[in-house]
Amino acid sequence: MGALSHIRICDFTGQLAGAGATKFLAAFGAQVIRIEDPVNEGHWDILRGMPPYKEGQGGLEAGGSFNNHNVEKLGITLNLRTPKAKEVLRKLVAGSDCVTENFAAGVLDRWGFGYEELKKIREDIIYVSNCGFGHVGPYEKYKTWGPVVQAVSGLTFSSGLKDQPPAGWGYSYMDHTGAYYMAMAIMLALYHRNRTGEGQWVDLACTEAGAVLNGPALLDYTVNGRPLRRPGSPDSNRSQFPQMAPHGIYQAKGEDRWVSIACRDDADWERFGTATGAAFARDSRYTTLAGRIANEDELDAAVTAWTIDKDAKEIASLFQANRVPSAPVQLPEDRVDHDPNTSAWGLWPTVHHTHMGAVRVDGLPVHMSRTDWEMTRGAPMLGEHNEYVLGEILGYSGAEIAQMKAEGVL
Amino acid sequence: MSGPLTGIKVVEICDEMGEWAGKLFADVGAEVVKIEPPGGVRTRTYGPFLDDEPGPERSLWFWHYNTNKRSVVADLDEAGARAAVKGLMAAADIVIEDQRPGRMAELGLDWADLKALNPRLIYVSITAFGRDMPKNLDEYTDLTLMAGGGPAWSCGYDDHSLPPVRGGGNQGFHTASHYGFMTALVALLERDVSGEGQFIDVNAHASQNVTTEAASYSWLVNQSTVQRQTGRHAGVTPSMPSQIMCGDGRMVNSGLPPRRGDDYRRMLMWLDEIGGREQFPEYPFLEIGAGQERIDLSKIQTDPEVAAIFGAGRECVNYIASKLSAFEFFTGAQERGFQVGIIYSPEEVMEDPHFKARGFPVEVEHPEHGHTFTYPGAPYAFGKSRWAIERRAPLLGEDTKAVLG
Repeated sequence: MGALSHIRICDFTGQLAGAGATKFLAAFGAQVIRIEDPVNEGHWDILRGMPPYKEGQGGLEAGGSFNNHNVEKLGITLNLRTPKAKEVLRKLVAGSDCVTENFAAGVLDRWGFGYEELKKIREDIIYVSNCGFGHVGPYEKYKTWGPVVQAVSGLTFSSGLKDQPPAGWGYSYMDHTGAYYMAMAIMLALYHRNRTGEGQWVDLACTEAGAVLNGPALLDYTVNGRPLRRPGSPDSNRSQFPQMAPHGIYQAKGEDRWVSIACRDDADWERFGTATGAAFARDSRYTTLAGRIANEDELDAAVTAWTIDKDAKEIASLFQANRVPSAPVQLPEDRVDHDPNTSAWGLWPTVHHTHMGAVRVDGLPVHMSRTDWEMTRGAPMLGEHNEYVLGEILGYSGAEIAQMKAEGVL
Repeated sequence: MSGPLTGIKVVEICDEMGEWAGKLFADVGAEVVKIEPPGGVRTRTYGPFLDDEPGPERSLWFWHYNTNKRSVVADLDEAGARAAVKGLMAAADIVIEDQRPGRMAELGLDWADLKALNPRLIYVSITAFGRDMPKNLDEYTDLTLMAGGGPAWSCGYDDHSLPPVRGGGNQGFHTASHYGFMTALVALLERDVSGEGQFIDVNAHASQNVTTEAASYSWLVNQSTVQRQTGRHAGVTPSMPSQIMCGDGRMVNSGLPPRRGDDYRRMLMWLDEIGGREQFPEYPFLEIGAGQERIDLSKIQTDPEVAAIFGAGRECVNYIASKLSAFEFFTGAQERGFQVGIIYSPEEVMEDPHFKARGFPVEVEHPEHGHTFTYPGAPYAFGKSRWAIERRAPLLGEDTKAVLG
């Protein structure tokens, strides 16, 4: 029995911002029933059928990212343009704890399944919607994906080097993190229901979840009047809060190889000197933190001159042995296949996908002592669990299901 | 209206990595008691500071991360204080700690010391590398976690002579805290069924590793390696720039370019509205796009016409942006159904009309200073339970007497 085996989710989510939330719950045993549109072959979720593919594969059922984000879920198809599919959905909602979606605002309403309608089907239903700007407010009709959310919430701007345009995030950090907040919202609402018997609608706006993640910079503005947009700012490889120097990502030997080093205080700086034996580490300009910050450009140039002809992993090992925080910038290959900490953790479980076969996926970075997560089943193929869900869970007969198929309901 | 976790008691022994998880509990109604050493936790020494003057009650970092919590000063290296804290833990629903592996056991305050006393206790340990991993480094920062854990490899610039970039705002710590809070909620729901607590081991390094989107699964699925690109997804194959300068020198992220015929039709109308048809040489490709149902993106590598139509859509976005301010382009594009985001500096979010209308900036009273300060508000809007900052971060030891007697 999983920790959440008693929870059923009627799941319209997709991409990562939504699917990531229900993946987390499914890994702990929640029965997540993902609904897709048979007419457009589930392509509302642009990841369905998109690369990466396993070698020699391709097409609708071979999408590596879709598989990664939808493990342990059941998949059904419903053509909600038909009255029969709406009847099936009403039955499913009646038997679910929670309805989840990350469509643009208003989509579920237009299908006749807005919160007020869901409540008529099941009074204590929990409905969690997740979109970039939320369902209420001047931008409620605006559409987003990860990079847009990150831009508007301030996270793109706050990631970059001095005197360069924003670097932003090289992936949808806010799809991952929006999914985390969606999972929290679902579980908080379930906990509230367990206490009070009440369901509710939670309106999650990813841009708000993103904006809270720059808290100290926001308060520096609202309290001290100092904006992050000012000359020479930001430089996110440096550490303004708390102040540290040297603090950066430095070039190492080889093509595009880098190492991070952080000296948190004067004691770290002393150990930096011991580790490197470098002359600049004894330069009186750098003795105090204030001196290192005041001369940070020169200091970073000196550190780079020391790192540039050395192996990133060897540099990091040397500093780690001297208790100075340091890590190489690990490539995906390094951390997936050659990092004893990820393999010993079981971070990359192999799931079995009906079409793709055995594939490794992102596991979870947590372990629970009694009811730990599990990932063994790959993402559902389009309508893979129609018979099981409609037959075993909703009680339709084989003949009824066959008729629904023939009539284009499924 | 109460918070969804009203009635839940949390004991927090956290510094910079875990205190965000403590705030997530506290802002939805849990009673979070933060145990601080004499002199206070280290984050009270982190800037920025009120009026730039350091002091344990002036750290805006501490203010942000510790709203709604209570502060109890207890020297855990002293037996009496340890016993008092153990008493709190014996009566708590949740313990959350981010101390180095081994520290809590040395204090006699680990899960093993508490589970018999309090079988319903959920004990959340957040460490850099998990409790029992082969290479467990005590020394880390947000930067080294994000470099070693994956995010940095994917972030930076097209120009690879510039270093990879750590995303700003200590997101490595946040990600570990997010997993700590999420998993604690799993345990709370499970406890409603079983009546039993359990131990949760949160690994910050692993948390980064599974928060990298395509970087990890491109390797997992077919052993390909993504490469960083300015302002957009690191990719196995390069993509076109998406960050564009608008007429006022501010930037936007142009988001997903047109990909359906209807997108192209709306783009053409906008181009005509600003009188740009004559100046835009790729116009014929926009017209081809407008005549199709949708562009088959899976053919973009193999079909030159698909690539040209897609490219013309992107160029058209850039052209219109160059004629408008960033805010005009952002709202104009979105009103026409295009996914565009203005690149705000964090503080600009607090002034934006949408965020204001939703009540995102909230006022928090600081009685010592005789007025309120504006804080970022709720990450989620509950219909029937409350997210709220009821009290500013605690003064050092403010609640010691009330909590310990």
